[in-house]
Amino acid sequence: MILGIDVGGTHTDAVLVQNFQLIKKAKVLTDQTNIMASLLEAAEKLISDENINDIKRIVLSTTISTNAIVQNKTNRVAMVLLSGPGLSPTTLNLGKDTYFARGYVNHRGIPVKNVNSRQIADISQEISENAIQQIGIVGKFSSRNPQQELDTAELLQDSSRNISLGHTLSGQLNFPRRIATTYLNAAIYDIYRGFVQDVQKFVARIGLHIPVYILKADGGTILIDPSLDCPVQTIHSGPAAGIMGVLATACIREDAVALDIGGTTTDISVFADGVPLLEPTGVSISGRKTLIRGLYTKSIGVGGDSVVKVEKGDIVIGPQREGPAAALDGPFATPTDAMIVEGIVTFGDSQKAQNAIALIAKKLHMSVQDAARAIVEKTAAMIADNVRQILLEINNKPVYTIHELLEGKIIRPRMLYVVGGPAAIAPFIAQNLGYPYSIPDHSEVSNALGVAVARTTAEVTILADTEKRELIFSEEGCVQSVPRSFSTADAIEIGKKALHKKAVRMGARPQDIIMEVTESQEFNMIRDFCTTGKNIRVKVQIKPGLISSGAER
Amino acid sequence: MPKKEKKTGLIFFPAFDWAISTNHPEREERLLYTQDQVFEEGLLDFPNILEYKPGIATYADINRCHICVPNPQNLTTNSHLISAGGAITAAQKVLTGEVDNAFALVRPPGHHSMLVAHGARGFCNINIEAVMIEYIRHQFGVKRIAVVDTDCHHGDGTQDIYWNDPDVLCISMHQDGRTLYPGTGFVDDFGGPNALGATINIPLPPRTSDEGFLFALDHVILPILDEFKPEIIINSAGQDNHYSDPITNMSFSAQGYALLNEKLAPDIAVLEGGYSIEKALPYVNVGIILAMAGLDYSQVQEPDYDAQRIRQSPEITRLIENEVKNVMTLWKKKKNLKKQIAGAAKYIRREKNIYYDTDDITEKQIETVRVCDDCGGLVMIESVADTGKKIYAVILPNTCCPECRENGENIFNRINGSQYNHVYFQDRQRDIFVAK
Repeated sequence: MILGIDVGGTHTDAVLVQNFQLIKKAKVLTDQTNIMASLLEAAEKLISDENINDIKRIVLSTTISTNAIVQNKTNRVAMVLLSGPGLSPTTLNLGKDTYFARGYVNHRGIPVKNVNSRQIADISQEISENAIQQIGIVGKFSSRNPQQELDTAELLQDSSRNISLGHTLSGQLNFPRRIATTYLNAAIYDIYRGFVQDVQKFVARIGLHIPVYILKADGGTILIDPSLDCPVQTIHSGPAAGIMGVLATACIREDAVALDIGGTTTDISVFADGVPLLEPTGVSISGRKTLIRGLYTKSIGVGGDSVVKVEKGDIVIGPQREGPAAALDGPFATPTDAMIVEGIVTFGDSQKAQNAIALIAKKLHMSVQDAARAIVEKTAAMIADNVRQILLEINNKPVYTIHELLEGKIIRPRMLYVVGGPAAIAPFIAQNLGYPYSIPDHSEVSNALGVAVARTTAEVTILADTEKRELIFSEEGCVQSVPRSFSTADAIEIGKKALHKKAVRMGARPQDIIMEVTESQEFNMIRDFCTTGKNIRVKVQIKPGLISSGAER
Repeated sequence: MPKKEKKTGLIFFPAFDWAISTNHPEREERLLYTQDQVFEEGLLDFPNILEYKPGIATYADINRCHICVPNPQNLTTNSHLISAGGAITAAQKVLTGEVDNAFALVRPPGHHSMLVAHGARGFCNINIEAVMIEYIRHQFGVKRIAVVDTDCHHGDGTQDIYWNDPDVLCISMHQDGRTLYPGTGFVDDFGGPNALGATINIPLPPRTSDEGFLFALDHVILPILDEFKPEIIINSAGQDNHYSDPITNMSFSAQGYALLNEKLAPDIAVLEGGYSIEKALPYVNVGIILAMAGLDYSQVQEPDYDAQRIRQSPEITRLIENEVKNVMTLWKKKKNLKKQIAGAAKYIRREKNIYYDTDDITEKQIETVRVCDDCGGLVMIESVADTGKKIYAVILPNTCCPECRENGENIFNRINGSQYNHVYFQDRQRDIFVAK
């Protein structure tokens, strides 16, 4: 049995799951000042003396990291950048505690300028004077050669400091995003560590000695201890839980679109052959673009409680929310009220809904019934238009080989999955889109359910340069020598071994380690018309998905 | 001072699965490090830099500017259609106003492909700029277009396609043809009899550095563009003038390229050559993209950049000043040249021997143009290649006068096809292409 808990901003949901079946569920209010109390309260509703020994693992998702960033409850961070020439730093969004240091490596990871230890000593001095404990170190192309980041860290190391290194957080290229990612990792360190301590106290309090996992932005799980090295991976754990929830409750195997319709917004996510899509480069949070691997989701300003107005004879829906539906004593007509009038849903005071829609109907010179229908259809059409737009963008994503351009995968959804309060609008959206819909069961606790059955995900990036006779594991930052005859097949094999090791360290059970090669490119390097080596690039991942059955045992 | 930001479209298509041959400079690896640098600098995250997937050019697009022997199907692979399609996508984004300017960072290149194409020359099968230009004219009705070819090699293909077209100004600035492939592009190559001055060549001596390129830009290219008043400026943006390029001898830098693009302000840039794939392209491309987008490129620099080492000698400076003077003298008297060149002749013939280095084909060509004061003039071409192919082509210009049209149609209808493998009729004005 698995205990899945989703610590949301408002509610904490908890479920007990066995063989993918929901055994018990609970919902309590989240006390932001005392997370442990909320965890205990939810757990107590599920755990009893009879079942406690059957629980084999706990998995949590949390909005703690996200909220800390959005609400600016973060640590002060000193950023040390080895930026070299290129894009002017003035174009980057950098804080006041930014220190530029000498040293940089080029695109092949070859050092061009070395780190200057005296300069780093001066920077160290300044950081001490400002009493900053969190430090981020980021080098341009550090995912191609981490040595200068490591050297700098060694020079700045001190027991009072905690250092985040850019290359450890992602193997991808993108210096500005690496800076943002590293900054955020350092900035939420303390608050995240506080959360982890709360969770550990909670587990001790209920007297369990079982593995505890946390959900990452990519919908995969990681053991809570190693997660302390990369708190930033837990941002967007909430939306990720939502998508994993749909996956868990709906058994998606085809190309599909999922909608989570809330009061203010609708979150749209997309599945390719049943696998949720990842953001191509990384998730964005509070206007910062990062390299954090995360599930693709797009939020649009249409929801059940969006304000409905009439402007120039047309119905306008959202993007504001001014309160609940009129049926629940809200100030304005909303799509929810229209759905009540239409008889699609029943709750609240239907007369109040009727009255609010009547005001709209008058402005449109229509009957109340016609106006309600028009609002429902318009709401559905707005959501459907956004879905089409998103699919167009995804299917038009630039690719870099002729093969992909001509034969690349095109996503053609066959099913629309809808969760959330106003999910009853689904038939209208599905009709507009031209494919069938489904409203999964247990959608009120689907996040916690998704969290419970999510598998551990991980990714390994490998770059071999046989001219340099070197191979680098980008995220691990380690380098090993390779022979001239090293091939892509060798790189894939090494990559799989490294990924396996990494996944086990993160808490994956062997039966859940299903690896996939997401990138494999080999280039002949030719200098002066002679082949001097090969440039091999390989990425191996465990894609987001559910654990294999029997996981509870 | 902050510059004015522009919305720049980027069509990046490195064709990582295509090469002319394994060891060829035009191979899979060519834009690999450029991709790395563009990604690492985070250029695609700027709100004013928008990346687009290339379209795929059609054979009809190619038939608007080329006479492909026997047909475009036999002369192109998917890579060529995508590379030309990428240039077309760049044009679409600019002309529909979706972006202010666009850079087609695509391969393979095209500027050595001539009007008649029997095969590949100078790594080029079809002229991707010309395919794009004819698309622009056909779809958007744009009349006056300027191509500034900043590749180190003379843009002889583009020059050939527009030799008789007074509405397309082709300026090529390149390493002196006496020292580099394709060995052409001298100052007195000035356009056909009805299009004198619509072809401009600025040969530069080997080891010309930033100073020399920018001098030619300021003293020839920009003044001529001012006078010509094109609706659209295209930079045929080769990057092989770089000091580290392995197959040329110039001394241009990434900073120089960026500044050139800022001053030239092309509406569309299309990548041509450039084979210093590790030491030049990553930095030159980042510089050009930033300059086009109006972003600060002042910190972009090659790791081994040394201004002293690559500075041009005073002697080179004098040579360039002299060349510039020659071009401008010719430009100023272009109106009087026609009488001198054509005299009373009704038709003017040009004989050409063309070598296709990439495919090892030799072609003999006789081009005849009708001297006309009302349009670019009817063009007839007879071409024989050592592949055994003999063809004849009748080409009506983009704005064609009734007399040239009547003559051209008559010739095509009456021609005895039995002595040719193929006879072609290309009507650029009405977008008609017939092969028989």
